[in-house]
Amino acid sequence: MAMATAQSTTRAPARWQDFLQLLKPRVMSLVVFTALTGLVAADQPVNPILGAVAILCIAVGAGASGALNMWYDADIDAKMRRTRGRPVPAGRVQGADALTLGVVLSLFSVMLMGMALNWVAAGLLAFTIVFYAVIYTMWLKRWTAQNIVIGGLAGALPPVIGWAAVTGTTPLNAWLLCAIIFMWTPPHFWALSLYTSEDYQKAGVPMMPVVAGASSTRRQIWIYSLLFTPFAIAPAFTGLGGVAYLAVSGLGALVFLLLAWRLYRSKAGEAGGQRNDPEGKGGLYDVRAGAKDARNLFAFSILYLALLFATLLVEHLAGLPALEVF
Amino acid sequence: MSDPARESDVETKARRGRNIALALGLALFVVLIFVVTLVRLGANVTARPL
Repeated sequence: MAMATAQSTTRAPARWQDFLQLLKPRVMSLVVFTALTGLVAADQPVNPILGAVAILCIAVGAGASGALNMWYDADIDAKMRRTRGRPVPAGRVQGADALTLGVVLSLFSVMLMGMALNWVAAGLLAFTIVFYAVIYTMWLKRWTAQNIVIGGLAGALPPVIGWAAVTGTTPLNAWLLCAIIFMWTPPHFWALSLYTSEDYQKAGVPMMPVVAGASSTRRQIWIYSLLFTPFAIAPAFTGLGGVAYLAVSGLGALVFLLLAWRLYRSKAGEAGGQRNDPEGKGGLYDVRAGAKDARNLFAFSILYLALLFATLLVEHLAGLPALEVF
Repeated sequence: MSDPARESDVETKARRGRNIALALGLALFVVLIFVVTLVRLGANVTARPL
């Protein structure tokens, strides 16, 4: 009790920036980007103000689920190097305040989406928030090594919500954009977890390398990479992407598979090896020497997904024709 | 010795920042609802039977 009192008097007060950090701005920016691509790729005229409101609602909804995640996961976050500086585990924001912010922003974003755009988009947004905050955060994350595979759906839905916001429907091409992110998530996250598994182990989170070992994780990354790349190229054959998309997705797929193959053949995630940065200052290659292949795939996966969606966005904004294959 | 019940300058500054951010957020929300109402209803208002 005495310690708690001493802590509370010395703790830094919450600044507005701490509440902003609860919304995971970096995740939000990725969500905005993919949702915008879905909205534009729908190729339906929309009032620009309503389009901006739709994107804002999706961004705020994503931020709200981030706040709910940080409220519930404060105990896990406190044990991991990457997350222990977050506002709740660091003691700058009370858990109850993070919960309140998450619930209020969830309600506001869904209601505004429904009233300003349509209730299909609002329903999808509500489902995404609940799926991330409840199904993934409260259940899957602590329970199964398939947590990020199933939970990846929450991160994959924003382009569908964007599409639904302007059309009120969710055609196959919208779900194809969802499938690309969904299939991309396992190789992306498992590559990261190969060199951060110590942290997950410490926190008791059953990430794949902790549960199945590094070798099995590398094999599964390779399998998911083989499954993911056809999805990445598919929009070029479904009337969604054009020549530029085919070139970017095809060349990128080759690089992705090459990096995934090198990771599969590597010793990434195995015990032993020296940390390049023993002081743990968190540099770009602050990983065990053998895990560079994992870091390479992780870094390229971000670039590849960004390129795929950026190319689609540019093609549709510029009015470039889609490939007519069939 | 300072009074523990009294806010320090840092706490006052942080509270002020939070209040301003909240006020801006609420003002933005009001403007947003107003603009969305105009956009959604504007065309229908002029087209309604008199």
